Amino acid sequence: MNNKQVTNILIVGVGGQGIILASDILAEVFLAAGFDVKKSEVHGMAQRGGSVSTHVRFGSRVYSPLIKEGEADIYIAFEELEALRYLYFLAPQATILLNRERLNPPSVSLGKDKYPAEVAEILASKAKIFKSIPGRELASKAGDQRALNTVMLGALANFLAIPVEIWEAALRRHLPTKAQETNLRAFQLGRSA
Amino acid sequence: MVEKKRVILSGNEAIARGAYEGGVKVAAAYPGTPSTEILESLSKYDGLHVEWSPNEKVALEVAMGAAFGGARALVAMKHVGVNVAADPLFTLSYTGLRGGLVLVTADDPEMHSSQNEQDNRHYAKFAKVPMLEPSDSQEAKDFTILAFELSEKFDTPVMLRTTTRVSHSQSVVELGDRKEPPLKLGLVKDPKKFVMLPANARLRHPLVEKRMAELKRLAETFTGNRIEWGDKQVGIITSGIAYQYAKEIMPQASFLKLGMVYPLPSEMIKAFAKEVEKLFVVEELDPFIEEFVRTLGLDVVGKSVFPLCGELTPSIVARGLKGEVVPPPGEIIQNLPPRPPIMCPGCPHRGIFTILSKLKLFVTGDIGCYTLGFLPPLQAIDTCVCMGASIGHALGLDKALGEEAQGKVVAVIGDSTFLHSGITPLLDVVYNKGKVTLIILDNGTTAMTGRQDHPGTGYTLKGEETFRVDLAKLAKALGVKYVRIVNPYQLKATERIIKKELQRPAPSVIISRAPCVLSRRERMVSGRPFLVDPDLCRGCRACLQLGCPAIAWEEGNHDQEGRKKKGRAVIDKFLCNGCTLCVQICKFAAIKGEHE
Repeated sequence: MNNKQVTNILIVGVGGQGIILASDILAEVFLAAGFDVKKSEVHGMAQRGGSVSTHVRFGSRVYSPLIKEGEADIYIAFEELEALRYLYFLAPQATILLNRERLNPPSVSLGKDKYPAEVAEILASKAKIFKSIPGRELASKAGDQRALNTVMLGALANFLAIPVEIWEAALRRHLPTKAQETNLRAFQLGRSA
Repeated sequence: MVEKKRVILSGNEAIARGAYEGGVKVAAAYPGTPSTEILESLSKYDGLHVEWSPNEKVALEVAMGAAFGGARALVAMKHVGVNVAADPLFTLSYTGLRGGLVLVTADDPEMHSSQNEQDNRHYAKFAKVPMLEPSDSQEAKDFTILAFELSEKFDTPVMLRTTTRVSHSQSVVELGDRKEPPLKLGLVKDPKKFVMLPANARLRHPLVEKRMAELKRLAETFTGNRIEWGDKQVGIITSGIAYQYAKEIMPQASFLKLGMVYPLPSEMIKAFAKEVEKLFVVEELDPFIEEFVRTLGLDVVGKSVFPLCGELTPSIVARGLKGEVVPPPGEIIQNLPPRPPIMCPGCPHRGIFTILSKLKLFVTGDIGCYTLGFLPPLQAIDTCVCMGASIGHALGLDKALGEEAQGKVVAVIGDSTFLHSGITPLLDVVYNKGKVTLIILDNGTTAMTGRQDHPGTGYTLKGEETFRVDLAKLAKALGVKYVRIVNPYQLKATERIIKKELQRPAPSVIISRAPCVLSRRERMVSGRPFLVDPDLCRGCRACLQLGCPAIAWEEGNHDQEGRKKKGRAVIDKFLCNGCTLCVQICKFAAIKGEHE
């Protein structure tokens, strides 16, 4: 049985896409909004361009930092192949946010494996709400293609009843001054995506 | 009342905070996942000596010295680091100390970033020292402070054990203020305590046994050990991260939550067991608590339903406690292309491994980013066991196989790993007249753990400039006559030198010198991306054999007559940083700069 006082957010993608910073900001947003929050990720070897997943859980009282399989309420995929890899975490009525980006893993680059087709269609069939986001494009539009992670946070913000001021304050705290304006723009573009 | 500040900290950051609040004066470590951030985080507080030591043994000895002088000291390492530090640890148990000493062991069940998943709770029992195990960041902070107090009160080092999911999970922590410890610093001569000659050591051992008996009594009332009564049909004895999973899965059950995992509280366990109908022990890796519970004559369910290998997860705990099936069948998509970690675009190691792969050498490897040279397409690592092992392995092969191995074996080790554990085996190569060629992959940092400084970088943990050891001079001082420095981005020249040194019937060292591409201080690659000219690319795939994440294969389209055109290589301009290796590999001059 899922403890419904807790909301589970799973973020997946590829090392280097800014997922860990996004989840740091997210955890701080939930704390500022008055929730108990836990988050789990793996550092070290896994970061070198490997598959990355970060679990963020918030609610009145959170025990496990890891989400149980089949119980991710919100699933944010920064990359299409990785979106398929962790699908078994999805709750039955999940919301999926997909960044439309395909990064070839080594076996695909070498021409030994095929990159999976129709990822968006598969995801849409599994979700209650499915949203496809041209994250890199929006980040570039905001002024820096690396702001992909803030675009995705903006897209997520639409599904959480947390005042925008809390988001913006957390973004400012985690980003160097010179990157703040670009990222706040990226956040807004994500929200209206 | 002033409201305490609440922040989100990882377990590692919380340990650093606890050490700070607990009045730590000296902290030392060698970086190792999942422990690295403890010292990185502690280095941000003023007024403390916080250092990267060359290895864990030295780190512990530095902490011991500080504690002998009356200061509180902390030493942190990954689980396998304790193997390196075990020599001083076991005798530190005898000497005890003056100022409190806490040894953090960050275990890595599931081997997210390690070569084994040893359960370091056994070290506490083996070395006869108490061990605390936090379940979240708040406890990580609180237990660190408690550990200092216990250490001084019982004249013992205290081990604090985390696992990856405690070290790298973040949760809410209430901050406190720093309290200066009670002891005065100073030189206190006490040879019966600190000089472990046999006569003195024989007097210390009974004191160790007495201390452990006292600690066993303390465990019965220790604040970190608590019973949470719930439904008495199921009673769960647990500790660490396993407590959180069990609590998530069966919040209504009764819990005996252990914060001290050694020594264990017999009376508390017996009293708890008596009240509940079915008793479980939920713990990761070895049946450490379970075996103890059995010695009390109690009936308990443990490793018969929980795995010995790998980390626990909420669903694995659900399967053990409730027989739930996990993971939900049918939801896992089979045969997805894997995405292993990989060397970065422009990584200086790639050039060396391309050559070693081409020469089909037997490569004795070591611990670091370059271990990734094992993966396809390079596949140029043949052994990897522990820090510094590459050199001894090569010498052993040389001595056992003689002619058969001559010219076919090469050892590779990183600069940080060489300084950690490579100096003594290289000395052995020289001393015992080994015909070994060693390549030191000197990228000027401890890369895999996130680019920490070491004695070969010229900077301390706090970023202060310091003496930079010269690896070439060091190798020469050890007696290696043939030391060459190569630029790994120059494939032909480097290959020539490797071949030449391999033929030499004497010890030789090749230093491959180029900064890590992620370095913020130095840069050797141009940063200007290359592209593939589609008209010149013949689709031979030679560049793909570099295993560079910036180069991909693109299948050919069908033309108007329906014939399939040949595929070709393409370069991702966002990933490419112009290292030139693919340009050197391409036989058709198809790879060019943007404006060529």
